[in-house]
Amino acid sequence: MGQKRLMKGNEALAEAAIRAGVQGFFGYPITPQSELLEYMSKELPDRGGTFVQAESEIASINMVYGAAGAGARVMTSTSSPGFSLMQEGISYLACTEIPCVIVNVMRGGPGLGTIQPSQGDYFQAVKGGGHGDYQLIVLAPNSVQEMANFAFLGFDLADTYRVPVLILADGALGQMMESIEFPDYVVKEHLTDKSEWATTGRINGREQHILTSLHLQPEEMEMTNKILQRKYREIEAKEVRYETLFTDDADLLIVAYGLSSRVSHKALELARKEGLKVGLLRPQTLYPFPSTVLNNLAEKVKKILVVEMSAGQMVEDVQLAVEGKIPVEFYGRMGGMIPQPDDILDKLRKMNESTLNV
Amino acid sequence: MKTELIIAGFGGQGVLSLGMTLAYAGMLEGKEVTWMPSYGPEMRGGTAYCVVIISHKRISSPIISRFDTLIVLNQPSLDKFEKDVKTGGSIFYEENNIINSPTRDDISIHSIPAVEEAVQLKNVKIMNMILLGSYLELNPILDVDSIIKALKKVLPKQRHNLIPVNEQALIRGAEMVKGYSNQYKYSDITVDSLI
Repeated sequence: MGQKRLMKGNEALAEAAIRAGVQGFFGYPITPQSELLEYMSKELPDRGGTFVQAESEIASINMVYGAAGAGARVMTSTSSPGFSLMQEGISYLACTEIPCVIVNVMRGGPGLGTIQPSQGDYFQAVKGGGHGDYQLIVLAPNSVQEMANFAFLGFDLADTYRVPVLILADGALGQMMESIEFPDYVVKEHLTDKSEWATTGRINGREQHILTSLHLQPEEMEMTNKILQRKYREIEAKEVRYETLFTDDADLLIVAYGLSSRVSHKALELARKEGLKVGLLRPQTLYPFPSTVLNNLAEKVKKILVVEMSAGQMVEDVQLAVEGKIPVEFYGRMGGMIPQPDDILDKLRKMNESTLNV
Repeated sequence: MKTELIIAGFGGQGVLSLGMTLAYAGMLEGKEVTWMPSYGPEMRGGTAYCVVIISHKRISSPIISRFDTLIVLNQPSLDKFEKDVKTGGSIFYEENNIINSPTRDDISIHSIPAVEEAVQLKNVKIMNMILLGSYLELNPILDVDSIIKALKKVLPKQRHNLIPVNEQALIRGAEMVKGYSNQYKYSDITVDSLI
């Protein structure tokens, strides 16, 4: 571990990506993620990488497609409206099993929306987003430290499974500063050696490598899908990550990710001071979702509260995981508004009261 | 112990950098810190602000709605945030930028003529550091030495010649409130923030 530094989430993620050996960054500026692109433009060329400011998000993701297809460790970053534009390219990347890291520092929508933080891209992030049967590994940091940690993890997961990995943050995590220590990281050569499949030219007459998402024969296309699905099952079995706080004796369980989990943690502290037995489950991977752990917790707690900066999207995954065993309630703010600890506390009080009345 | 501050004013008054200096100094003293800036349309309405939390323990939320202290450099920000100071907390405001003084009687209120002092020090830009000096004199949560060390990190290299005048500003700010005390003892106001 190195010395402590005070950094914005956007900058910490960029620095971590460089330390993770990113060879190319392709992006287009958009608030609230622009510091990431700015940091890359300043640092990456001097540290052995290539920085390109593309003409659009569509161009960015296709540059990622090309460079990653040639075997390079590359990434792009954007915010919500830009992420929508990238969906076609991401679908191609998923189909051709090309690893890369995509960062979405979410802002309020729909449409051009606002530059304030939001979590309204949940469905688009965890349900594929583009056309077809595919998934991204979705990492949800909730601190500046995790913004950095998940950049390292993201590249390793992408290369391990040959999938695009999405780091799903929000405007507040991107803009805020916290102290951070970069972990020691060594690029694992077995992950970055892509000579088996990358389109690097037929040196010494080697067999042709083809990366395409077009398979006109449906039998062939189904086989491609089966390979993807087998991979997703493996990811679901091996890569679920989450954090639990005070779940041992909890009656009420908050489920929240990203910035919402930080605000919920504060609400939990306030509630515990009043004697309310509140716990918190924070998914760090939104896909694969920690369904099993949630299903087990539903045997112990009485009610669940999902807190999101959206109209309630993850709440569907929570309901699926809980299988109707206990009630699942929701509290959220939309369009760039952030839930306040006191508002969540009010909701917890009401839920606790009605639990006692039952 | 945890301290939750909001620093607010016009863009250009050094609101964000004041907060950043505090956060950096807190980190140098081995504490947990968060610095959350406003970056949206509210800045255009004259209420640019940042929220700084300095704590001995892991900080749950960087988003909070009540504060131990408000350091405020203009009227719109005072109007907006006065109500959000916790009972027993404090407000430090820049005298020349405020027409309607705070009216609450359950908090300590300190009027600091920082602009005049800054003019005497021949650098109006260090007004924010005078306020910080006053704040730290009555709320010694961090060593002034740490603030100086932090300034070396926060200021770009070509501005390091300004560190002595910043140091003077911190000392002047402290002198201006010497002898005063917070109406409430500092240890009393942190009950709410001890979690």
